[in-house]
Amino acid sequence: MIRIASGQGFWGDDLEAPVRQVEGGPIDYLMLDYLAEVTMSIMQKQRSRDPAAGYARDFPGLMERIFPACVKRGIKVVTNAGGVNPQECARAVAEAGRRAGMGGHARVGVVSGDDLMDRLDELLESGHPLRNMDTGEPLQPFRDRVRSANVYLGARPIVDALSGGALVVVTGRSTDTALTYAPMVCEFGWPWDAYGLLASGVVAGHINECGAQASGGNCLAEWWTIPDLAEVGFPIIETAPDGTFIVTKHPGLGGAVTLRTVKEQILYEMGDPATYITPDVTADFTTIRLTDEGPDRVGVHGIRGRPPTPFLKVSIAYAAGYKAVGTLVYAWPDAAEKARAAAAILRRRLDRQGLAFDRVLVELVGWDSTHGPLAGDPPGDLPEVQLRVAVRSGDRRAVERFSREIAPLVLTGPPTVTGFAGGRPRVQEIMAYWPALIDRSVVEPGLSVDLVSV
Amino acid sequence: MNQEPLKTVPLLELAHARSGDKGDTANVGVIAYDEEDYSLIVEQVTAERVKKHFGSMVKGPVERFRLDNLHAVNFLLHGALDGGGTVSLMTDAQGKVFSTALLRMELKVPAEVARRVRGRGRLPPERADR
Repeated sequence: MIRIASGQGFWGDDLEAPVRQVEGGPIDYLMLDYLAEVTMSIMQKQRSRDPAAGYARDFPGLMERIFPACVKRGIKVVTNAGGVNPQECARAVAEAGRRAGMGGHARVGVVSGDDLMDRLDELLESGHPLRNMDTGEPLQPFRDRVRSANVYLGARPIVDALSGGALVVVTGRSTDTALTYAPMVCEFGWPWDAYGLLASGVVAGHINECGAQASGGNCLAEWWTIPDLAEVGFPIIETAPDGTFIVTKHPGLGGAVTLRTVKEQILYEMGDPATYITPDVTADFTTIRLTDEGPDRVGVHGIRGRPPTPFLKVSIAYAAGYKAVGTLVYAWPDAAEKARAAAAILRRRLDRQGLAFDRVLVELVGWDSTHGPLAGDPPGDLPEVQLRVAVRSGDRRAVERFSREIAPLVLTGPPTVTGFAGGRPRVQEIMAYWPALIDRSVVEPGLSVDLVSV
Repeated sequence: MNQEPLKTVPLLELAHARSGDKGDTANVGVIAYDEEDYSLIVEQVTAERVKKHFGSMVKGPVERFRLDNLHAVNFLLHGALDGGGTVSLMTDAQGKVFSTALLRMELKVPAEVARRVRGRGRLPPERADR
């Protein structure tokens, strides 16, 4: 049996969680997921300003804290913290290891080859249109606006790095689930056509990939019964060689692992549950069987899988205009009516200037910003409401002008208005997501695994 | 024994849920608290009914998938997130709280079911001032 602990569910997650996983009890592997769809384009922007940037910068600092314990206990770390610059990330991790006194005691594996940015023109010209999976449009007309393009890689290169003796494996755009099942493939020698075993690993990975969301965080079912979320224990997967596994957490930490918390995470960001596509296997989430194995222990078994598709998914980010969000707070009485009146005045001022927006969205935070019309009409005695107006346009000047039209409402609009301490709304460039497919034969020969000594 | 008229209860009392996003599509996973209520959910919380429930909030079609082993159903609400991700202007651009928006839906259930599930999904009054 091996224990694979989840330590990070996204870039910006609880910084202490991975330390608690290492110090709170026995684990064999620590997986850290840093990448969301939008993260790669942010990292690409950082690398364009500084060639040594473009990865999760808090990861080397974390490694400096836990390196001695990982070396001493043989805990291996698998992460996609490398972002768009896994080589630099690995170099920083090796330096962190030396600062922690671990020089000569470990190696860092680096997976690269997922970044297609330099090959984009060659690919488009050689019959790979990289059509948008949602709209069917080819990428070529958007080519000049593309900021990043990365293939989702599976577990194979991670397994190669672990087999080669890496204590820490740093990847770029690996799938979130591969970070959890690569250690299983490596430890148990699962063949790549053992689809049921791989599919079990994928389900374990899906449970691990959002950190505490499987162990009591963001749990809707009787949320008030989840103990001590201040020191929540992130999930730990205890996997047997036959692919069955237990979801649990360290006993001394907060949170809870129950049938309910695990089911909620299984359904998170789920599409067609019978067809959960990964680079290594297509998993069937409708075959999952769960058992209650006692306090904070949920058993998972019965999972089936099918061969993977001939394609890999490409995550492309492209510049798609600008947006800004302005807010003001209106107080009782008639708070909602005042906010709506202010929004109407703002709309007239924007229209009069002939500004072109693709969309203007008005929400009343405190009333309808989450449930929309399902919230019904606001009562007249609503104590306060926040007016939130957001605009989107391909024309940066229009969005900038909008950002100057919020403050004037304080003196030229309805009364009892406040909450403008934050200054003018910030104009943001929109990085839109473009999912596409590519033949795996185009990508896989270009993958490489290097080992860097600490 | 089943002579009592059916009662109306919110889905909130029969199920918990979690929602998220994939591009411009929100997903809502709905999970029965009690196995025995799963069939009521399958019968009444259909894709058509969910589409009607959300009205103008969901521009595209609604798909439903069953996970019988988990006593859960998964809904895909296409065109619910104003373009999704970083394009969306919505407060809830990632569809995180479509979960309870769906749990507002009302179901007709036998009176004994209504009694068993009464008050579920909300903080019990005795815990409210903690």
